[in-house]
Amino acid sequence: MPAATDIPEGLLFLPQPQVPAMATEFTPWVSLAGGLLIGAASVLLMLFHGRILGATGILSGVLFPSGAQDWAWRVMIILGMVSAPVVFLLFSGQFPDIRSVVTVPWQIAGGFLVGVGVTVGSGCTSGHGVCGMARLSPRSIAATLTFMLATAITVYIMRHVAGG
Amino acid sequence: MRLISAYLVGLIFGLGISISGMGNPAKVVNFFDFAGQWDPSLAFVMAGALFVTFLGYRWVLPRPKPLQSDRFYIPASRIIDSRLLGGAIVFGIGWGISGFCPGGAIPVTGTLNQDVLIFMASLLAGVIAVRLVQKRRQTKTARQPV
Repeated sequence: MPAATDIPEGLLFLPQPQVPAMATEFTPWVSLAGGLLIGAASVLLMLFHGRILGATGILSGVLFPSGAQDWAWRVMIILGMVSAPVVFLLFSGQFPDIRSVVTVPWQIAGGFLVGVGVTVGSGCTSGHGVCGMARLSPRSIAATLTFMLATAITVYIMRHVAGG
Repeated sequence: MRLISAYLVGLIFGLGISISGMGNPAKVVNFFDFAGQWDPSLAFVMAGALFVTFLGYRWVLPRPKPLQSDRFYIPASRIIDSRLLGGAIVFGIGWGISGFCPGGAIPVTGTLNQDVLIFMASLLAGVIAVRLVQKRRQTKTARQPV
């Protein structure tokens, strides 16, 4: 297995798009706690504002506002989200762990596809996967099963077929 | 007050993402890597989030209206069409490549990590591209004689 530093960056058609797979620690309890907080945030937004907590919808409304009042609460949510790692840092002494799995050109391609997909499909993991599934919306259940399957297939190809 | 509650909701969500590992592509991709470095942690994130939201919505939605808004804004459409599923497939491919989803990436943008910033810039480009095409199509259809 080659070291991560052996992979050249900045080329579009790399034989090996991914940095080598690394094991991550199984963290059932903190992950469950994080999930409970995500759920609490979703319930609170519905209780106070009557809105679905979907990252796609909130971000889209910031970029393409339908009015000053509607814009303001969305910006505040984004600001709250972005300041969370700083609060996390104050309590734990470090930023949350972020390890990229792809080289820069693939990160750009992945980001663009996510942006296109969530806009056309009107939702992502938070909007369809949590809020939509929780209210048993048939659209959200169909979308969530579809993107989970597409993600699993893509990861399999990236990891075990294309160069990995 | 509306803005304070919105900020706190974002903060709680962001802390959930930070604690759970949803903002870490290595962890997200390993969840889907059944044939390799499988890490089932994200099933616990989804289970926790769904459990609270499912019960919470059952308590909130029967109320006459939200505390700080005129009504509940719930998507009414029930149609499962090719746009919904096609969009979900494209999203899944992108998520599988990068390991970031929008809800996972937006909070950890606050770390100013280079990979998150590259992902977010590309994501915004994708969102804006689709919205511009949709807008153009709308004006085109509007101009067409019936």
